[in-house]
Amino acid sequence: MSRAAALRAWLIADTPLSRRQARLGRLYLQWLTFRHNWLAVAGLAVSLLLALIAIAAPLLATHDPSAQNLDIRLQPPGATHWLGTDELGRDIYSRIVHGSRITLGMVVAVVVLVAPFGLVVGCAAGYVGGWFDRIVMRVTDIFMAFPRLILALAFVAALGPGIENGVIAIALTAWPAYARIARAETLAIRGSDFIAAARLQGASALRLIFAHVAPLCLSSLIVRVTLDMSGIILTAAGLGFLGLGAVPPSPEWGAMISTGRRFILEQWWVATMPGIAIFVASLGFNLLGDGLRDVLDPKQT
Amino acid sequence: MISVRHLDVHFGQVRAVSDVSFDVAAGDTFGLVGESGCGKSTLLRVLSGLNRHWTGAIEVAGRAVGPARDKAFHRRVQMVFQDPFGSLHPRHTVDRALAEPIAIHGLDDAEGRIARALDDVGLGSRFRFRYPHQLSGGQRQRVAIARALILEPGILLLDEPTSALDVSIQAEVLNLLARLRAARDLTLILVSHNLAVVAHLCNRLAVMQAGTIVEEMTIDTLRHGKPAHPYSRELLDASLGYHRS
Amino acid sequence: MMAPAPLLSVRNLAVRFATPTGIVEAVRGIDFDVGRERLGIVGESGSGKSVTGRAVLRLLPPSAAVTADRLALGDLDLLGADVSTMRGVRGRRVSMIMQDPKFSLNPVMTVGRQIAEAYRVHHRVSRREATSRALDMLADVRIRDPRRVYDLYPHEVSGGMGQRVMIAMMLIPEPDLLIADEPTSALDVTVSMQVLAILDDLVSRRGMGLLFISHDLNLVASFCDRVLVMYGGQIMETLAAASLHAATHPYTRGLLAALPTLDTAGRDLPVLTRDPAWLARRA
Repeated sequence: MSRAAALRAWLIADTPLSRRQARLGRLYLQWLTFRHNWLAVAGLAVSLLLALIAIAAPLLATHDPSAQNLDIRLQPPGATHWLGTDELGRDIYSRIVHGSRITLGMVVAVVVLVAPFGLVVGCAAGYVGGWFDRIVMRVTDIFMAFPRLILALAFVAALGPGIENGVIAIALTAWPAYARIARAETLAIRGSDFIAAARLQGASALRLIFAHVAPLCLSSLIVRVTLDMSGIILTAAGLGFLGLGAVPPSPEWGAMISTGRRFILEQWWVATMPGIAIFVASLGFNLLGDGLRDVLDPKQT
Repeated sequence: MISVRHLDVHFGQVRAVSDVSFDVAAGDTFGLVGESGCGKSTLLRVLSGLNRHWTGAIEVAGRAVGPARDKAFHRRVQMVFQDPFGSLHPRHTVDRALAEPIAIHGLDDAEGRIARALDDVGLGSRFRFRYPHQLSGGQRQRVAIARALILEPGILLLDEPTSALDVSIQAEVLNLLARLRAARDLTLILVSHNLAVVAHLCNRLAVMQAGTIVEEMTIDTLRHGKPAHPYSRELLDASLGYHRS
Repeated sequence: MMAPAPLLSVRNLAVRFATPTGIVEAVRGIDFDVGRERLGIVGESGSGKSVTGRAVLRLLPPSAAVTADRLALGDLDLLGADVSTMRGVRGRRVSMIMQDPKFSLNPVMTVGRQIAEAYRVHHRVSRREATSRALDMLADVRIRDPRRVYDLYPHEVSGGMGQRVMIAMMLIPEPDLLIADEPTSALDVTVSMQVLAILDDLVSRRGMGLLFISHDLNLVASFCDRVLVMYGGQIMETLAAASLHAATHPYTRGLLAALPTLDTAGRDLPVLTRDPAWLARRA
């Protein structure tokens, strides 16, 4: 038996011999399902590639992203400047590569802020019920009533432009959706026998929420987060485009489109290249999210 | 061991259980038989502490218990549910399901207890790190029984423990329950719609209809075909199969 | 008890499911005929009994591969029949009753309309005639006040009444063969006895064939004429229902012995030991 075959047998073993093998085996079976959906695999590849680019940005960039050289401004794509240069003679390829750090950074910051908060609030509201649930849900109603970009605009207008404020603004509008999902899942789980069994063992409410309910809400949440990432990328780019997100000269994709639109007819590449970057990144996350939904849907497992 | 007096349970306007009284002596196996909606499962959920909306008086081991139960109560009274597919957490391995009650009650020797519990229900350590979806219905029910017994309770409540299982698996689980009862001096309350299962395992039973106990009898009365109430006789007839008229 | 020309004839039927971890053989080469009789299929879960019933009506998901040397309803080849032929067969010539009526009835249509529509799908008649047919049918399944029940929605009827409505709906196009998959296991014992009596009466009065799929040995033995015992996708033995308790196959005997009865108290029930030789392929 080759090593790969041995590993496969170990992973799909009916009788795992340790906690680790059991967990890895489940992941492997999920991967087998995921693999069938080639669009999702493409989405995963794009997302991983994006992460790699962001990590290795200084190595991949051919030029300093903020080095200006007015002699070579608005050069078309060519051998030295692969994607051309912008109005200040900066290399667009290098700016996009470095810009991925800003974009992914914002996405990660929003997700880290929002997902755990939404999960805990939603699970607690669903499990505890009563007046606590009603208050939490009305608060989410209020936040969800605001269009995301408008609230973000108002927030940034009040606090001043900048990536941090952009992140906070997006986070404020993103958490209610997660809380709602976690609550809906919790309501479905709350009445099941395995929760009753845990209660009969004397488990406290905290243990029930964190050890029993929350892990089951997690998969819907992961799917929603992945699907939301493209929305976050677009909102971040929108803020940048309006001059309310990242401040110049940082190479944020939305801001790059914004400056490029003045030359959109003669020097199309200045606005188009970051536009393609935004498109590919958000499409990648969307496809990944769709694929994850098929794999993680708790109704199927 | 267990004494219930004038128990009433309401769901809104509906009286699910009305004026039910019975006693179960230590070491007894008491059966509650009836059709769906007769209140037998509700009664069990009240006893276990899952349903807190009732009136009446309940005593367990000589002490009155109220709607809310403490940890000590849960160490003494455990329950096994009907649906082995619903009573185990789908993302927890057998190991985790068994480790949790030990952690909640702060018991020592978790490793030993888990290994013994698995051996006691005839599963063995091979099954320790499986997820519920890697187990058959009968194996799941064994895990559920192991989980209930790992706290070493004196009273075990069984809610249709075999009705979701195949006949051959049902036999194994019934044998297991009988063996554990003898080995651990358990007092059992068995809720079932299947008269034969109740007759096999219990020494006394009560027939429930529309929220009340219509008749209480010993298994011998049942076996000699002498239930007094017409409804009990109807159940007995139906349990013997279809009669072509 | 064999009818001269069987309604349904099955030879070497096999069903395989493709799953992520490999191919599962649910049914492995079974032969049987159904005449104008009550034929029971007994088996435990995973024995392939339900899959067999669905394979006859081609109601299996696309992941299932169905093969057979012969799968014929009279002289119609069910395996080669196209989609529209199958639509004509389902309901009109073969009907199926499932375990739980709640999932088989349309929740937004009154039960009477559903029965009438089931008739109109296969017979070109006026709505009024279909209605009167449906009312007759409701009376046939011993519903006391058909006019009132006609206008009820599925959520307004009890489980036993819902199963009677299902039977009415399935029998009104007057099929030759009825497949009943655990028709009473969601019902209370007393109610299920009534439902069985209705089925029994209608089947013998109309001269239909009945394929009765169940896990309940006692029930099948007392209700059917002949019994197929299935295990692991194969037929272990076929016997007259009356002599089920004199079965010879160790699997059947093991199942019967494992049943608790009023007289088994205090004893361990004999546990079925499964012999791999039972599943050795017959040449």
